[in-house]
Amino acid sequence: MTDTSEGTGGLKFDKSKRRWPNEINIFLALILIIVIFEVLGQALPYMRGQSFLFDTNDRFDTIFNEARLKIIILQVAIIGIIALGVTQVIISGGIDLSSGPLVAATAMIAMSFAQTELVNGNPNPKAVFGLWAMDLPVIVPVIVGLAFGAMIGAINGTFIAVFRIPPFIATLGMFLICRGIALWWTAGRPVSFPTEGFKFIGSDMMPVVWFLLLAVLFHIILRYTVYGKHTYAIGSNEDAARMSGINVRRHKILVYTIASTLAAFAGIVLSAKSATAQAGMGEFYELFAIAMAVIGGISLQGGRGSIIGTVLGAMVLGVIRSGFTYIKLDGSYQLMAMGGIIIAAVLLDQWRQKSGTKA
Amino acid sequence: MSNDIILETRDLTKYYGGVHALEGADFVLRKGEHVAIMGDNGAGKSTFVRQITGVEQRTRGTVVFDGEEVDFAGPLDAREAGIEAVFQTLALADHLDVPDNLFLGREKTRFDWLGPFRFLDYKQMRKETIDGLNKTGVKIPNIRNTIQNMSGGQRQCVAIARAATFHSKLTIMDEPTAALGVQETAQVENIIRTLKEQGESLILVSHNMRQVFDLVDRVVVFRRGRICANLDIKNETITGEDVVSYITGAKTGAEFEGAA
Repeated sequence: MTDTSEGTGGLKFDKSKRRWPNEINIFLALILIIVIFEVLGQALPYMRGQSFLFDTNDRFDTIFNEARLKIIILQVAIIGIIALGVTQVIISGGIDLSSGPLVAATAMIAMSFAQTELVNGNPNPKAVFGLWAMDLPVIVPVIVGLAFGAMIGAINGTFIAVFRIPPFIATLGMFLICRGIALWWTAGRPVSFPTEGFKFIGSDMMPVVWFLLLAVLFHIILRYTVYGKHTYAIGSNEDAARMSGINVRRHKILVYTIASTLAAFAGIVLSAKSATAQAGMGEFYELFAIAMAVIGGISLQGGRGSIIGTVLGAMVLGVIRSGFTYIKLDGSYQLMAMGGIIIAAVLLDQWRQKSGTKA
Repeated sequence: MSNDIILETRDLTKYYGGVHALEGADFVLRKGEHVAIMGDNGAGKSTFVRQITGVEQRTRGTVVFDGEEVDFAGPLDAREAGIEAVFQTLALADHLDVPDNLFLGREKTRFDWLGPFRFLDYKQMRKETIDGLNKTGVKIPNIRNTIQNMSGGQRQCVAIARAATFHSKLTIMDEPTAALGVQETAQVENIIRTLKEQGESLILVSHNMRQVFDLVDRVVVFRRGRICANLDIKNETITGEDVVSYITGAKTGAEFEGAA
């Protein structure tokens, strides 16, 4: 992006007044956190001088600890896909709590159209439907899953935009409904044994590939398209958006539909990765997705935030989780520490906003 | 009807329940004319503006705009017909910059076949923004600044520039300088003069007597929901004191005898 230097009225564009992009702060925080874990690994007595990032085993093909990096980004990728949608919802001034259970419901539904007929020569013990639903082309479960997600999102959006139910309440209701659907679909039994084609969606590093592709796509959409501009405008001043001729209702429905479709896709990827679907999947995913966006500098009042921020927020959360495991911090402490870090991130951001407007 | 009239209202009336906020307003605005609407608080000035701009639906009466009888369902209809309004609440998106706000809802785009995902033509919008600001004489140091980082005067200028940039047939400003300092007020008044030179019609709602006498051709005074005076201040010897006595009710225009 080029900046115009031809200010009007004889005044020039003042480069020194350009604001320091928030994303750079998060990136610096990310590096700082990695350094802290690296130092802790060297300093803590029980770690015996291990390294967080670098491979200290006698391997010469790579200097980085590839296994750890893989774990970090794999952990991040699937929730990150949800966070891309949640980011758009929050920028538009809303919130989406239904994404976690939607992951589970979509996983159950998609998986039941992705099963193989024979497992080791025997009929599939977890079959949900009859033979007609066995060994379908991989496109079928994907389309069914995404369509289900889009439908849930459209319902969310309709209740919020047309019937004016607060987003928190509407998506809280959908949170319970989706968890119910996930349990009802097979009366609580897991769905397993997918086709090879379906497994491929979540195999190896595929979740990361999906996450990065979608992140680039939605970065472009939010930054350079009318959809993106209107999303920011609605979150910034809904009345102004309406007065300017934006169809706010239709736009909000579209935002929630896209967000839920992304969450549904995360459900497909998760079930493909685990090669099974269970009604309890995706617990707390909606909250972690929101946390990623929040660490990424989004404003819950709407109008502010970016996909780059959310991707960095996702990396921060991934590094923290992985780092805590690395220094062998107990799971209970991990949750407490992560909660504290999320609150600290918002505090820092608020302080930065305040000092930013004064300057 | 002669076609140099841009806006005419006949018997324009608005009741809010039992409150008669506006009663039988007959109003005429010629092309290129600048008219001020004055009156005490609650006299019906803003109500009048809200009926013409389609923000509210009138109880009865007709509005003729540019030779055609119109019935705007909302402010959008009015804007599409060519009425640009600057409201007291500025209707700007705080997190967006100047070109974004100017073009909000009517963006310049490319690849239109992409529907809602069509691409914004930032370059063209910036260029037209600068042209528009130059045309209206609005001075904003940095158009890439977001509205939240601007002073009240700058915000007002953006809102007015938005109304003035789009070759509207009629611009309506509801107390554009009410919250501004001296310098900022002067800038807004300069914009209004530029509009006059360019022959654009304007309705200015204002409490500021000096401003009104400096800027407009004619003053229409509202009192208790009715028009009570129509004063040709450019051609007749009318003082501020006269206007005040119309506003307060000490005097009533001859043709409006019998009104409130």
